[in-house]
Amino acid sequence: MSWVTKTLKSTLGRKLIMALTGLFLILFLTGHVAGNLQLFYNDGGEAFNIYAKFMTTNPVVKILSYLTYLSVIGHVIYSIGLSRLNQAARPVGYAVSGSSTNSSAASRNMGILGTIILLFLVGHMYSFWYQMHWGAIPTVTYEGETYKDLYSVVQIAFQQTWMVVLYVIAMGFLAFHLSHGFASAFQTLGWNHAKYSPAIRAVGLVYCIVVPILFAAMPVYIYFNS
Amino acid sequence: MILDSKIPAGPLAEKWTKHKFNSKLVNPANKRKYDVIVVGTGLAGASAAASLAELGYNVKAFTFHDSPRRAHSIAAQGGINAAKNYQNDGDSIYRLFYDTIKGGDYRSREGNVYRLAEVSVKIIDQCVAQGVPFAREYGGLLANRSFGGAQVSRTFYARGQTGQQLLLGAYSALSRQVANGKVKLYPRTEMMDVVMVDGQARGIVTRNLITGAVETHAAHAVLLCTGGYGNVFFLSTNAMGCNVTAAWRAHKRGAYFANPCFTQIHPTCIPVSGDHQSKLTLMSESLRNDGRVWVPASKENAEKLRKGQIKVSDLKEEDRDYFLERKYPSFGNLVPRDVASRNAKEACDDGRGVNETGEAVFLDFRDAIKRDGKAVIESKYGNLFDMYKQITGEDPYTSPMMIYPAVHYTMGGLWVDYNLMTTIPGLYCLGEANFSDHGANRLGASALMQGLADGYFVIPYTIGDYLAQTPPKKVDETHPEFAKVAQEVKNRISQLLNIDGKQTIDHFHKKLGKIMWNYCGMARTAEGLAKAKAEIKALKKEFWSDVKVLGTNEELNLSLEKAHRVADFLELGELMVDDALNRNESCGGHFREEYQTPEGEALRDDENFAYVAAWKYMGEGQEEELNKEPLIFENVKLTQRSYK
Amino acid sequence: MKLTLKIWRQKNASDKGGFATYPVDHVSKDMSFLEMLDVLNEELTEKGEDPVHFDHDCREGICGTCSLVINGKPHGPLQTTTCQLHMRSFEDGQSITIEPWRAKAFPVVKDLVVDRYAFDRIIQAGGYVNINTGGVPDANEIPIPKTIADLAMDAAQCIGCGACVAACKNASAMLFTSAKVSQLALLPQGQVERKTRVEKMVAQMDAEGFGACTNTGACEAECPKGISLTNIARMNREYFSASLTSENV
Repeated sequence: MSWVTKTLKSTLGRKLIMALTGLFLILFLTGHVAGNLQLFYNDGGEAFNIYAKFMTTNPVVKILSYLTYLSVIGHVIYSIGLSRLNQAARPVGYAVSGSSTNSSAASRNMGILGTIILLFLVGHMYSFWYQMHWGAIPTVTYEGETYKDLYSVVQIAFQQTWMVVLYVIAMGFLAFHLSHGFASAFQTLGWNHAKYSPAIRAVGLVYCIVVPILFAAMPVYIYFNS
Repeated sequence: MILDSKIPAGPLAEKWTKHKFNSKLVNPANKRKYDVIVVGTGLAGASAAASLAELGYNVKAFTFHDSPRRAHSIAAQGGINAAKNYQNDGDSIYRLFYDTIKGGDYRSREGNVYRLAEVSVKIIDQCVAQGVPFAREYGGLLANRSFGGAQVSRTFYARGQTGQQLLLGAYSALSRQVANGKVKLYPRTEMMDVVMVDGQARGIVTRNLITGAVETHAAHAVLLCTGGYGNVFFLSTNAMGCNVTAAWRAHKRGAYFANPCFTQIHPTCIPVSGDHQSKLTLMSESLRNDGRVWVPASKENAEKLRKGQIKVSDLKEEDRDYFLERKYPSFGNLVPRDVASRNAKEACDDGRGVNETGEAVFLDFRDAIKRDGKAVIESKYGNLFDMYKQITGEDPYTSPMMIYPAVHYTMGGLWVDYNLMTTIPGLYCLGEANFSDHGANRLGASALMQGLADGYFVIPYTIGDYLAQTPPKKVDETHPEFAKVAQEVKNRISQLLNIDGKQTIDHFHKKLGKIMWNYCGMARTAEGLAKAKAEIKALKKEFWSDVKVLGTNEELNLSLEKAHRVADFLELGELMVDDALNRNESCGGHFREEYQTPEGEALRDDENFAYVAAWKYMGEGQEEELNKEPLIFENVKLTQRSYK
Repeated sequence: MKLTLKIWRQKNASDKGGFATYPVDHVSKDMSFLEMLDVLNEELTEKGEDPVHFDHDCREGICGTCSLVINGKPHGPLQTTTCQLHMRSFEDGQSITIEPWRAKAFPVVKDLVVDRYAFDRIIQAGGYVNINTGGVPDANEIPIPKTIADLAMDAAQCIGCGACVAACKNASAMLFTSAKVSQLALLPQGQVERKTRVEKMVAQMDAEGFGACTNTGACEAECPKGISLTNIARMNREYFSASLTSENV
């Protein structure tokens, strides 16, 4: 076994993968939420559609998006492996659990939260990402150039009450997942220091509240503005 | 038999160096042909096993715990002495030697004690190199404190957990040798007997505590590093598992037991709270650096206090008797342990004790908090105060602590010569289990020093001298003597399991403890001791006809384990009483009420009792035979200890 | 006090085991939790029933032998060892469930007794400084900043009880392992083998079948000695940098 596989097969190495992919996905979410803020422009979707085209065609973004897919897949596969390893480490469980007194619910249920988020992600990607790439969606023309009108797809989707509710709930799960995941990733990387950890925790707290709220605000905004 | 201590001739400071040179060496290539058994993995056992394995011997290490790291050395709090003189306050090897001899009330060997002081400095070097995180000053050098009445600061410490850190250091050295394959570790395995062939120790018989299997192990030498026997008192600060069995089995095979009556009663323990009590908790002696010991000056107030009619705060300064400061103005609250303990007992016997039981004195931090502030006191004793609060439910920052003496350490043990060999050739005894260095009273922070000195720096030299004269071809387990002793062990097990009496083991242990505490505790009288002897004899008889040991041998069986140990304690108890009765003087931890100065201090009789009392087992039901090893003092002048 | 005890009973390693219920009476608030069990065992012995086996020794909170999960919490409701827990932490009439440490790497021996040899093997893998007795420099030769010595001591305080493993939802031994890795990584004496040590100890920890860390912090919250999660972060750093830079291919 080479030293690379040895490291990546160790519990610490696997955790490292979880942390690195998790952090990359956090970076992705930051970009995603920033770009999608254009949904709030009252310009009939022009800015958003131009942005959507840029995101699906720019070569640098392409590379980043492949990295994102890889991160999602890596994060999921490694989490499955780790969960199985962790379950095997305690074949007989406790009759009484006192875990609520020593750890947060989010930290103990990252697997469940992650699974829900994954299911949401599949639906979400089918609704927008798949449609944008391969679906038959209407087009619009700005200054002589043709763009896929993803904006209208979004508008139509979020006219449906159940979709909006689903998205808001999903963002709640995302918030809990991030509430543990953000600081946890830094801990795994070994970034726990009396001087910096309070800042990491504070940023993590702000992040896990603000980003999901912004995401959730989009369907709600569209629902009430149409 | 004439007991030959084998103390080398010559000037004190050259004895050990000369002895090391005169000891024979085992050729490096031959070391791997020798097997050594080490029983016990505390400070003495773990350090010995590791050091011998490093030299190249094959070591088998046995512990009844699940891990070597659980040994009771781990519980030592205060520190470890070493004559480093890092503080430039006048310490030296000679001063540590002198303090130890004097503290032991002149009942230890000059040669042994000097060697102990001499190697003490190397222990600190060794431990630091192992990564033991001793306390340090801001400049990065090691910190020291004065401890247990010493006039110099020579105690090294790691917070209140010095024993833990030193044991973990020795444990890590041992673990390293386990990984190297030079030590084979036998956890959860208890030694049941010594096997002797042609008058030499050739191995041991053990019981696997999980399966009950009785097994035999042969070796060229056997080291007993099995700790003290304080649990003979039932209530002591020892861990629940501490026992005398290994040493006692060896005693019954011919190893002399020396000074069994020398037990140390530690003054600062949390008082007994009820019949359910299983052990007593020691709080570091360092508390006496800032705490002031007192009881109400009048019996009336003490009684009111006990009944809850008045509060501590109702007692004015003149109503309080700071008895240690009053009686010993120069040492005050820092008098040696035996003196502090006895004075607490006297105050309580006088009807001035506190707590509901009347068996406690105050240890008050009010003045220290007023002087230094709560923060300073908290930084020094925070963990001890928390522990006290957890156990008693009372806050020592606001109300004074209550303390009472408890059995803590046993200076007596198997007789050993300068090489740490018992009277059985090939059988060595190290650490608290032997009798060698502390005389009639051990100084604070010296137990850790002795355990590690024996294991790291004495036995590696002295065992070579013996092994070099022993042929490598070993008497192995096929020798009929092994099967014979194993059968005896099995017989004893089935005997215990088949008594099927009515009383639990603890019933006997508690009864024995009471007898020992009442008659062979802090103060002893000929009359009381005679009574104790009769009572122990009767109790022993009752034990062997009415004890109830449940379960079978072939399983983890705590009752069976305990039954063996209590059976041995019953025999040891009687010998302690014999020894106390024989020693018609008061010295150190041994206080015979008949022998005291007009001021009530211990009155030694150097003319008649400056000897080591080494007892020889004469057979079941026989009185043991007393052998005397005279103590010769060439360097120190025997004086009455005075802490006035 | 009157209490109802629900205790895990298991004859030996191969027995399936199950809970047995014992009512106990006359429990004093001043008793320690283990003394309460002593009283129960005396009663059981008098009745001729096998006493409840549990590990314990020093009863001062330092040897790390005692190991009970009490109402779902290792060492019970307080952040201390079981032996330092007193009955005043419980209410009259309360029902108390007592279980052994649960982990694949800590097999049950009998009743509440488990084997923690795995911890010893982790230390044997490298939790030491490779020096022989003698031949070492003077203790004051290498000054160590007080803050570093204190941090090392914070980590070295670990008593090896295994409450971290018992508390962790993944039965992970990271806190235990990292405490030793940290102690020796912080001190100058540990520098020589710093990289090899962490690699070997982590490999052994994994081989023992402990779970991975998900940073829930339960170990730190339940550790009777308050060993900090920062040690796990330090071990992670040590491990990753050792993996990248050590000579062990």
